[in-house]
Amino acid sequence: MSVLVGNDTRLIVQGFTGSEGSFHAGQMIEYGTNVVGGVTPGKGGQTHLDRPVFNTVAEAVEEVQANTSIIFVPPAFAGDAITEAAFAGIKVIICITEGIPVKDMIVAKQVVKNHGAVLVGPNCPGLITPGEAKVGIMPGSIFSKGTVGLISRSGTLTYEAVDQLTKEGLGQSTAIGIGGDPVIGTTHLDAVKMLQEDPDTDAIVLIGEIGGSAEEEAAEYIAKHVDKPVVAFIAGSTAPPGRRMGHAGAIISGGKGTAQEKKKALAAAGITVVDSPAEIGITLKKMLETA
Amino acid sequence: MKIHEYQAKEILKEYGVAVPDGIAATTVEGAVDAAKKMKENGASLFVVKAQIHAGGRGKGRTKKNDAKGVILCKTIDEVKEAAESLLGDVLVTIQTGEEGQLVQTIYVTDGVDIKKEFYVGVLLDRAVSKNVIMASTEGGVEIEKVAEETPEKIIKEWIEPGMGLQVNQARRIAFSLGLEGKALKSCIKFIMALYKAYEETDSDMFEINPLIVTPDDEIFALDAKVTFDGNALYRHPELAELKDEAEEDPAELEASKYDLNYIKLDGNVGCMVNGAGLAMATMDIIKLSGGEPANFLDVGGGANVETVKNGFRIILEDKNVKAILINIFGGIVRCDRVANGVIEAVKDPEIAEKVKNVPIIVRLQGTNAEEAKEIIDNSGMNVISAVLLKEAAEAVSKVMA
Repeated sequence: MSVLVGNDTRLIVQGFTGSEGSFHAGQMIEYGTNVVGGVTPGKGGQTHLDRPVFNTVAEAVEEVQANTSIIFVPPAFAGDAITEAAFAGIKVIICITEGIPVKDMIVAKQVVKNHGAVLVGPNCPGLITPGEAKVGIMPGSIFSKGTVGLISRSGTLTYEAVDQLTKEGLGQSTAIGIGGDPVIGTTHLDAVKMLQEDPDTDAIVLIGEIGGSAEEEAAEYIAKHVDKPVVAFIAGSTAPPGRRMGHAGAIISGGKGTAQEKKKALAAAGITVVDSPAEIGITLKKMLETA
Repeated sequence: MKIHEYQAKEILKEYGVAVPDGIAATTVEGAVDAAKKMKENGASLFVVKAQIHAGGRGKGRTKKNDAKGVILCKTIDEVKEAAESLLGDVLVTIQTGEEGQLVQTIYVTDGVDIKKEFYVGVLLDRAVSKNVIMASTEGGVEIEKVAEETPEKIIKEWIEPGMGLQVNQARRIAFSLGLEGKALKSCIKFIMALYKAYEETDSDMFEINPLIVTPDDEIFALDAKVTFDGNALYRHPELAELKDEAEEDPAELEASKYDLNYIKLDGNVGCMVNGAGLAMATMDIIKLSGGEPANFLDVGGGANVETVKNGFRIILEDKNVKAILINIFGGIVRCDRVANGVIEAVKDPEIAEKVKNVPIIVRLQGTNAEEAKEIIDNSGMNVISAVLLKEAAEAVSKVMA
């Protein structure tokens, strides 16, 4: 197992029988992820995609020993779904849902922390340990097994980077989409720590974007504690201040959170920062060849 | 979602946060009536404030009449003059940019005497995922400036998730501001009410700058900036109605009707992308290729014929657009289907006419990317295809050269 998900994952899907949940559960099963069931309140006892449906997460933990949950429920109920998973003892919670009110997330994040669980997302593509488990909505076919760990706030930009890595012959240990919201569970810093400690990861690709200071915090840690090569790209060098660029968290406010500032902090930490998103793969390849 | 000062103050008042009396008006007569009514209630000094969704109004000037955005008036005649000079004129402030913002509403408020000015704000501290109350004795100054130059003058209290603001926290802030007696008590009450309003309205940010103390030790919010969490508006239909569409860019408003996330920029290369992160990265690559991004546009996961058509319509409204880069990473959506959608959209007579002189570069990557490229290349349309992001960048450089 690399980071957070792998062969030991016993996954349930919250919002299992809904259209999003059904579709992606099918895709994850096809990829080979060990999906042991799902939760849709009121549909307990039914079978869906040849897997049992439960009314509550607690039942799923008891009956099929679920240890990981992926959430596809609508934004109004997603904060509640996260806390339900934490209360039931799920240790790895991945929330795909976009558009959850910040107020709900502040509380949900605290509950997850109090229960010693890890939350990835919300508003994220999920995570994947290629060849072992895909717990997310990413296209499995572009990933390949290897030793590069990847962290990113966005979906399609992650796919872009992964595609470049795969084409350069650089497989991935685990790729984590941490999400584009202002309040997220796993941050860049948390993910960097996990990848640094992971014996299956030899290099790290860090993709950030404007808004907040999470990349700077990760940079500070990398400077002191990370001995693996790191390549970074920050999206949004051309973004105007004060505007939300699609992601709720992608906003330069009060002159803070600019791409330039983040790039500077990362470079100062000894990280190789690429200006062009087209050069992520080739840059890491060159670094590893000369290392 | 941003709202106007007068709307923010009405909300604050409902929660028991002290604000000076005020009446909003959209006509000169309305403003005069408002001042008369306030005079009957004892007002002797008035402040007429332009209502636009941008800060820096006090230092801003209108284009035609060169009027300040905030005008102090001693008589009802002066209120009339102020209203005449503001309504229908365009106010330019450091936050509006050169184009400024049309003043359609003004707010006539009671001019209160000021002994001291403070700053109080409530917002999310992203670094710790908690709400924070920030206060400073440096009222009337931009808080960013205070944070930069004299960070020790900012007092912060973080709110425990799920717990709400505790009185001891409000008390600490009020003492730190150097208050005592009646003003101290009023300030504690003010801060408690302010946080309650913030929490219950699902707000993103509250900024009271300045918070003032009057010579008789009363506390008031002299200005109020409030923005709501757009994701929580479903819980507050009455707050959602406060949206002022006149403050929005018409193209952005149009795009939102099609569920497209569009932001207009000043450049010359339009772009259409799936996913916000990739959209920002695409803007960056346009710049690196010698162009300037004309917009941010995230078409989401769908990227079907209709979304592409609508995207084209909105991008092409902007006359500065000299080229368009479509960048779609097809994962679960197959690229060949997106390619067919793009071809069909470009064949639409209305769009075909508009893109005659605008080169289109289509970069499709992901599942069935090669088939997609073939579809584009064999379409006979004036569309440049690319698979790698590098190739797309080169194509942009070429058409912009």
